[in-house]
Amino acid sequence: MKRFLGFGTTLAAILATAGAYAAGALEGPIEKQAVNYTAISMFIAFVLLTLGITYWAASRTKTASDFYTAGGGITGFQNGVAIAGDYMSAASFLGISALVYTNGYDGLIYSIGFLVGWPIIMFLMAERLRNLGKFTFADVVSYRLGVTPMRTLAATGTLVTVAFYLIAQMVGAGQLIQLLFGLPYIYAVIIVGVLMILYVTFGGMLATTWVQIIKAILLLSGATFMAAMVLRATGWSVFTLFSRAVEVHPKHQAIMSPGTFVGNPINTISLGLALMFGTAGLPHILMRFFTVGNALEARKSVFWATTFIGYFYILTFIIGFGAIVLVSTNPAYLDGTALKGGLNMAAIHLAHAVGGDVFFGFICAVAFATILAVVSGLTLSGASAVSHDLYASVFRRGRVDEKQEIRASKIATVALGVLAILLGILFEKQNIAFMVGLAFAVAASANFPVLLLSMYWKGLTTRGAATGGWLGLIAAVTLTVLSPAIWVRVLGNAAPIFPYDAPALFSMPLAFLGCWLVSKMDNSAEATRDAASFDAQYVRSQTGIGAESASAH
Amino acid sequence: MDANQVARIRANASFRELERKRTAFSWTLCVLMLVIYYGFIFLVAFGKGYVATPVFGVVTLAFPLGLGVIVIAIVLTGVYVLRANGEFDALTRKVVSDFENQGVVR
Repeated sequence: MKRFLGFGTTLAAILATAGAYAAGALEGPIEKQAVNYTAISMFIAFVLLTLGITYWAASRTKTASDFYTAGGGITGFQNGVAIAGDYMSAASFLGISALVYTNGYDGLIYSIGFLVGWPIIMFLMAERLRNLGKFTFADVVSYRLGVTPMRTLAATGTLVTVAFYLIAQMVGAGQLIQLLFGLPYIYAVIIVGVLMILYVTFGGMLATTWVQIIKAILLLSGATFMAAMVLRATGWSVFTLFSRAVEVHPKHQAIMSPGTFVGNPINTISLGLALMFGTAGLPHILMRFFTVGNALEARKSVFWATTFIGYFYILTFIIGFGAIVLVSTNPAYLDGTALKGGLNMAAIHLAHAVGGDVFFGFICAVAFATILAVVSGLTLSGASAVSHDLYASVFRRGRVDEKQEIRASKIATVALGVLAILLGILFEKQNIAFMVGLAFAVAASANFPVLLLSMYWKGLTTRGAATGGWLGLIAAVTLTVLSPAIWVRVLGNAAPIFPYDAPALFSMPLAFLGCWLVSKMDNSAEATRDAASFDAQYVRSQTGIGAESASAH
Repeated sequence: MDANQVARIRANASFRELERKRTAFSWTLCVLMLVIYYGFIFLVAFGKGYVATPVFGVVTLAFPLGLGVIVIAIVLTGVYVLRANGEFDALTRKVVSDFENQGVVR
């Protein structure tokens, strides 16, 4: 059960390496709980609402631009909420509050890593992406560089990132449904797979965006209510909350300062790099910048996203401490000294403690809806890489009409959905703790360096970008396989070949070095052409002159 | 845009002002964020004893530091948006209008 959810478990794995994490309740098989009808009926209400939205969105999704980017007609605020929704997974809600519940302050250090990528996206990427791109970030990297090698690289980077992220979400969904709804694992995997296929194939980006917005609002309101109830219970004083937590927590004052999370500084720094720059290379996040009308709206999106995500992490911190005070002291939620159902149940039990059965059902339904919304965004991004980058641009060399491309993207969505279901079933019993960390590492080591340099460095050539990008991708995956997370905990070897779970500190500089060195040595005619078209790209990236504009509806 | 038009835009006074100001501003904020985040990480990794100093009851110095990083991340993005949506976009509009009559811009 430690493999339960991506973010929290990646961290759990890191702490385990540090030898400081008592594996405890999340290890081993999961017990299926009694069927939770309140949660199921609330989830059904969410599904009906979102299917209604999909039906509405389907009537407005006709062109390729509608399908990939909702016609560019999403506002900055809406997009900001949707981005926050993409980012606030069930794992970050349950995993981070569980981490705070066990280790206190360490949970905050971890969540800060996820937040600080956003200002970087704002300062370096958002406007230029919006001005240069159309449907996918591959549009930007192939703007002046060779189309076939760049789109192939970007699409591979996208699919690898999406695949690891998806597996973590699907397995998480399966675990959650047993725990929260009392239904079998396979139900969750199939329900999630089928619903996301429906949302994406029929409603495209418009439906995906609104599903994301609704879920973000539900999650933020639920978490706000929980935090407020925790504070009410402690007389509206955070100091009382912290003092009581210190009193009842077995680690006492140690929960109030950094502990085991920073036990290995190199790993912490490497993880920090992956989180910070990986965020700026996540394909489903980058794609969201093409759903707004112009650079101004793109900026607003990042501001609102950063605000909501930062607010959300502060809430999870209060929720974690609230669980220490209200859950760990209540025998109804405990099996001996451990939490019933496992460590990731801290926030869920707290929901029951502060809001009774109905609110508990609501939070269960929201947790499941969260996974559903996140996988929809991931699948749309993966399907776009297949249809727009690989099929239309690489395979058909751009000689494809819009109808064919849309059909290809729908086929790709169904194929990805089926694949996600199969992977979810295949990985049910596997240790998947490393998956989200790997997705961020690949994004930081392959997607981000190529994207950044293509926009900022005139000297980057196609060969240089291809070499650096593939090097980063291969290095991130190889080092993760050789790390304790896979080599020891999945493959069962005695000692890791590569000592750190987070590879970005090594794989990301390697990608930059590859891009730089090969570009410098590249004297081909293609390199000259690549450099010659930089100025036009630069002017467009700065001014938006010639940028894709929102289509009129 | 052909090469000649691109060269003329790049030579435009407003464009050069936009380019100079925005580049300086965005890289400054970027470096600031990196320094703050990695400063924080180094502090909690190597200065555990120091950040465990109590500042108010059981609350340690680590709390205002961590919360501060979150708030600064939000404030810096806000500061960038304010200046970009005002000053930088005004300069951008000026560049675009300078070239609109000449058919460079649709």
